Amino acid sequence: MTSLHERPAVGAVGEAIVHESAALHVTGAALYTDDLGVKMTGLLHAWPLQAGHAHARLTRLDTAPSLKVPGVVRVLTAADVPGLNDAGVKGDEPLLMGEDGPGEVMFHGQAVCWVLAESEDAARLGAEAIVAEYEALPSIVTLREAIDQESFQGSRPTLRRGDVAAGLAQAAHVFSGEFECGGQEHFYLETNAALAHIDESGQMFVQSSTQHPSETQEIVAHALGLPSHAVTVQCLRMGGGFGGKEMQPHGYAAIAALGATLTGRPVRLRLNRTQDLTLTGKRHPYLARWTAGFDDAGKLLALEAELYSDGGWSLDLSEPVMARTLCHIENAYFIPHVRVRGTVCRTNKTSQTAFRGFGGPQGMLIVEDLLSRCAPRLGLEAEELRRRNFYAPGQTTPYGQPVKDADRILTVWDTLLSSSDYAARQAEISTFNAAHPYRKRGLAVTPVKFGISFNFTSYNQAGALVHVYKDGSVLINHGGTEMGQGLHTKMLQVAATALGVPMSAVRLAPTRTDKVPNTSATAASSGADLNGGAVKDACGQIRGRLAAVAAGRLGVHPDDVRFEAGSVFALGHPETSLDFAKLVHHAYMERTQLWAAGFYRTPGLHWDREAMQGEPFKYFAYGASVSEVEVDGFSGAYRLRRVDILHDVGDSLSPLIDLGQIEGGFVQGAGWLTLEDLRWDVTDGPNRGRLATPSASTYKLPSFGEMPEVFNVELLERATETGVVYGSKAVGEPPLMLAISVREALRAAVMAFGPPGRSVELASPATPEAVFWALDAARNAMLAQAVAADD
Amino acid sequence: MNQIEITLNGQPRSISGVLPHTTLLGWLRSQGLTGSKEGCAEGECGACAVLLSKPTAEGGTRLESVNGCLLLLAGLHGQEVTTVEGIGVEGLGSPLALHPVQSELAVRGGSQCGYCTPGFVVSMAAEYYRPERQASQHSNGFELDAIHGNLCRCTGYRPIRDAAQALGQPAEGDRIAERLTRPAPLPRPTELITSSGHFHRPETLEDALHLLDQLPDARILAGGTDWGVDVNLKHARAAVTVAVEHLPELGRLEWTPEHLELGAGLSLSELERRLAGAVPLLHTWFPQFASRLIRNRATLGGNLGTASPIGDSPPVLLALGASVLLISSQGEREVPLDGYFTGYRQTVRRPGELIRAVRIPLPLAPVTGFYKIAKRPLDDISSVAVAFALSLEGGVVSGVKIGLGGVAATPIRAHETEAALVGQPWTQGTVQRAARLLKREGTPQDDHRASGAYRAAMLEQTLLKFYFEQTGAEVTA
Repeated sequence: MTSLHERPAVGAVGEAIVHESAALHVTGAALYTDDLGVKMTGLLHAWPLQAGHAHARLTRLDTAPSLKVPGVVRVLTAADVPGLNDAGVKGDEPLLMGEDGPGEVMFHGQAVCWVLAESEDAARLGAEAIVAEYEALPSIVTLREAIDQESFQGSRPTLRRGDVAAGLAQAAHVFSGEFECGGQEHFYLETNAALAHIDESGQMFVQSSTQHPSETQEIVAHALGLPSHAVTVQCLRMGGGFGGKEMQPHGYAAIAALGATLTGRPVRLRLNRTQDLTLTGKRHPYLARWTAGFDDAGKLLALEAELYSDGGWSLDLSEPVMARTLCHIENAYFIPHVRVRGTVCRTNKTSQTAFRGFGGPQGMLIVEDLLSRCAPRLGLEAEELRRRNFYAPGQTTPYGQPVKDADRILTVWDTLLSSSDYAARQAEISTFNAAHPYRKRGLAVTPVKFGISFNFTSYNQAGALVHVYKDGSVLINHGGTEMGQGLHTKMLQVAATALGVPMSAVRLAPTRTDKVPNTSATAASSGADLNGGAVKDACGQIRGRLAAVAAGRLGVHPDDVRFEAGSVFALGHPETSLDFAKLVHHAYMERTQLWAAGFYRTPGLHWDREAMQGEPFKYFAYGASVSEVEVDGFSGAYRLRRVDILHDVGDSLSPLIDLGQIEGGFVQGAGWLTLEDLRWDVTDGPNRGRLATPSASTYKLPSFGEMPEVFNVELLERATETGVVYGSKAVGEPPLMLAISVREALRAAVMAFGPPGRSVELASPATPEAVFWALDAARNAMLAQAVAADD
Repeated sequence: MNQIEITLNGQPRSISGVLPHTTLLGWLRSQGLTGSKEGCAEGECGACAVLLSKPTAEGGTRLESVNGCLLLLAGLHGQEVTTVEGIGVEGLGSPLALHPVQSELAVRGGSQCGYCTPGFVVSMAAEYYRPERQASQHSNGFELDAIHGNLCRCTGYRPIRDAAQALGQPAEGDRIAERLTRPAPLPRPTELITSSGHFHRPETLEDALHLLDQLPDARILAGGTDWGVDVNLKHARAAVTVAVEHLPELGRLEWTPEHLELGAGLSLSELERRLAGAVPLLHTWFPQFASRLIRNRATLGGNLGTASPIGDSPPVLLALGASVLLISSQGEREVPLDGYFTGYRQTVRRPGELIRAVRIPLPLAPVTGFYKIAKRPLDDISSVAVAFALSLEGGVVSGVKIGLGGVAATPIRAHETEAALVGQPWTQGTVQRAARLLKREGTPQDDHRASGAYRAAMLEQTLLKFYFEQTGAEVTA
């Protein structure tokens, strides 16, 4: 038996192949949850009644007028829920409201009840006909309001190491600051959707666009008062997830399932874009207040900070998101003395949730912002300050985990500075800036160190089911879901490699809870690590049995049987080759078990979430990026001229897929940091708490124009990650944080409008307006300096 | 009549049960043609894109990519539509028979989750077959502008760009190219009477004006890029809809010695093609108006008819000194655009009147500039839009018109600033003073797009920028 990371000489892993559904995508033949209902007869459509208050008590709910609307079949309220009336796992998210409670509206747009009708139009008109009355209650809409009123939820963990007071006392330079960053809407192109019916065996069958089918199943079951074995959840594929479908889909699946149970008819629930934006959670906005101490050489000695996240109306995943923020507050930098406390605020907004990076990006953004603001005050270039503080081999994180492969930080950094021609371009940019009064360019480099594994240790397990049929064809099933990230493609490659068959011999069946139970969310970038481990385990079991059969026929020891590209032969004797399908047939005739359940649990993890100490991560993913921007001094508008990335994906399982994850994650991160701007009505007017950007025309995500004009992405070479399937590393989330260099390049360009050595503060997101105000302040400082010099 | 007839993926379809607000996308999906997706229902994401066949001057067909979510099925009576399912080599949507556009996207990693992909395929196919597309030594002639109205959340666009730039020319015997040598069917007169409202496409202008006379509250429909959004997002329903963009009187582009007349029913794409840069200010402006998907449908008549304070055409048309030709059964009148807007989405257009054309006086002012301030340079709505049209004589400003959008309840002219410029030398001092005045024009407000302070600052800055771009001379606020 070889170890997990070793690759055979021949095999499908590592080949740059296209997404397994690419041909289906481009022809429009790929099916998504809401494409399936068309073929059903008697389909009902669901539409919510959304409350128009940020915080209110429901005082009256009369659904009778709705039932008079032609086409309306039923209205679902709290009284209809046979089981637990909750859409989540924390017991703080009522699924439905009713006259007899629960009746507290916690955010503007919250669904009070749902109407089922023969058409979407009829359901909508039915919802309009419902009489609902509310008594408005005081609301908390902004993070600052929540802090002032101490509106907090969940635990308030503190990350500690050393003695911060002593560290600050020793420091030659101590700076304090505040930083606030905005949230982000997932804007998966496919909105949340569920389709439920009672199948021919009498069980509840729910198709859901979910990253966590097992949890969707659990919540459907608890809402219906059924055991889990009476509910099956399937996810064919998602039109994007990005964390937004880790927790959020459950309630919608439960509504559809409840409707199907009560009417005996299939129920389709698909949020339109407005509903998805106003109902579902987003990335957490953060506010940080920090004090940092540096020695004379610019080395960080101490960091003390209070972090506040805006969790919205319920806890959802806000606690683990905050834990990951605390575990990434130091990014790639060694800080001997640390005390950082995290607090989740409760506000009357959507319940903020997982989003690619899961709080890590906010933590890393805080420290990168801090370094760029402090660098001029320390008389250092920002990239030099960063370099001086990188982790060195042998050091540990503030939560006590040794930084595995810490030397890669500097390797990546130096290789990238050289390949991107950083120093020469910096000089060119200085020349350009001196010659252009209204256009300034900026260049910046930032690092990424991102911990891989779920912080919550129990989630680091996965299962798979692999069948080999008598004809030698292979069917695999695993617990991960496909949302575009290419997980299924990688799993096909893993299975083909592990069994030594061509890719064409392997087919992958949709993710279903009745095939692989008790799965973890496809999240935390862990999909390929965990499910790959499980698929390989299952394939290894089958291969071991086949090797025994082959050994008999080839007259060698089973350890010396080789499986390659559909041929089976004795080591050193490819001419002895047996066809894989023939071997399988023989094995069947000899009564050999040709299927296996695989399992994987990440070894070596432990985490104490009270003490915020342990080794929660299997390893770290590293990367760095260099961004160059040009800012227009008249408007603050900018162009992303060039981006160079060097990223560590271990030995890539699938280079084309990984390249796509890096590029796509980067652009999504750049969107968060520069463009995507969630605005809520924070006035005391009648629409207080309403999302002011509830559409694609008001919430702008990156379009073609935001793509870097030159985009060079390289994968780190010789990067085998031992202990992970075929030596690979996770890639889903880490590249998002590479985009911090775009923000820092904007800051560098803004600095060029002002006097040298002036510290620049930049709002996040750095929209053209935010950049304009920053450069306006820089220009004014320049003028003030000129005036002072004249005096 | 109660049947709408269209040609769909080459096959004639006769459709019953169509309502005036039934969208093409909704109907396609109800028929199991689920390749077209709804991503936003307001023409922002392009996941619903389909190809509409339009006639060319040479008697062939041009494929235009349009948002299926904004097209009303009733408005398509007589026309030809191709969806992603009709693009494959066999026209069957078979994964085994990929069209070059599909295979380039697939092999380059142009799809991840795949949800936006059909829309990209459609927009790329329109550009692939664009009659004017010509390869050169350095380029395949693919204008990326064609796919700027499609959003992708997964890829970051680079592989999609590479796929577009790798496309060759249609092969000999290409099924779709062959089809394009034959004419496109035209919209046919329509009279759809349902319990949910009526939809008319009158045969002649006279019929249209007669209808509007009788039904002054009728919803006039041109490209539908605004009405479609209201139908989808605000669930607006009209008792009577009257489609007019096909009327020949609204489709003319005429030059006379005194003026240029632009038909109110011409799509912006068609205007852009036919003007071919002859009006530099419009040439600068076209690419900044929404996206190709929208410009293939949007009209000047629609943009002026909805009278949004952030519509993008009024600032340029105000700067060009344009007027609006309003026609009714009582005759036609010409209204200067400067006096056309009377309040928030209010105009002097009377019930029963139709915008027939926009008239731009000649000669054109020689020095022009258009500045759109938005969060995103492509496919975004203006926070502020400013257009300048300036004439100079001997270094002195002899005439200037400045059109503003986004800073008042209506688009406005910056009269005070204009007055401060006329007769003054075109110098830094003049511009500095005028820019300060411009900053105070209008009543800019705070909203989710921008703060009022930023809007005001942008008024000042755009004049400084215009001056800098024209003269190369530095000027500070």
